[in-house]
Amino acid sequence: MEIVNFTPIPALIGGLIIGLAATLLMWLNGRIAGISGILGGLLPPGSDAPWRLAFVAGLVCGGLAYVLVTGGLPAIVSTASTPMLIFGGLLVGYGTRMGSGCTSGHGVCGIGRLSPRGMVSTVIYIGVAAITVFITQHVLGA
Amino acid sequence: MKTTIAAWICGLVFGIGLTISGMTNPEKIIRFVDFTGQWDPSLAFVMVGALIMFGIGFPLTQRSAKPLLAQAFQVPTRRDIDPKLIGGAALFGVGWGLSGICPGPSITALAFGLTNFYIFFAAMALGSLIFGMTSAKGGTATPAAA
Repeated sequence: MEIVNFTPIPALIGGLIIGLAATLLMWLNGRIAGISGILGGLLPPGSDAPWRLAFVAGLVCGGLAYVLVTGGLPAIVSTASTPMLIFGGLLVGYGTRMGSGCTSGHGVCGIGRLSPRGMVSTVIYIGVAAITVFITQHVLGA
Repeated sequence: MKTTIAAWICGLVFGIGLTISGMTNPEKIIRFVDFTGQWDPSLAFVMVGALIMFGIGFPLTQRSAKPLLAQAFQVPTRRDIDPKLIGGAALFGVGWGLSGICPGPSITALAFGLTNFYIFFAAMALGSLIFGMTSAKGGTATPAAA
């Protein structure tokens, strides 16, 4: 194993900002910043659609703000094929709804509150992703 | 209205954090879980930063009886480990490993004009909708109790 492309400082700063956003949403609106849950509540939309839609729009504006301030896109390498993106997207959408959360809801807000469900979920999805990547990158892709 | 504006600001800050952290780059996600190949530990630092901030911030928010702009805190209280939690996390793990994209970055990256993220987001929204429509709880068969 060799360590590549390690960016600890932006990762730590970005993480602190993510934690700040999650804290603000709890302090102001009393809500958990779980992205799959916030989006899921719009599919289909209910009476609480406005704040959910505003949060989702804010997420996109965050990406736009980065582009406007830095004058360019962040580094992005996405090598997945279209069928993989569709299959992966369906699984992420279905699985996060079924499992009541994703990286933000379970990984940050769950573990941050010492929730056993958050901890178990995070260990499972990281472990399963590691097995998936081992198969696609080293067994099939070798 | 106030909660809507607040939600937009929180989403904005969250999206900026995601982009700075590098989590909108699928290669960084895939390499984080590629323990036998070329390993990029950055995601662990994102988690540590977010957990430090929320770990300190969350207890502070709970000192008030209610949130600043809303009627009550809506914090999950369940502590049971059920098959849906495990199965859902496993399905998510497969999709995450295949694509290198999780829900937050998939939305923020819509700002970058790259086809891969539009395809992924559409499929993810469909997957979420399918679960919402087919599961007994929160489905369309019975109206949600408001």
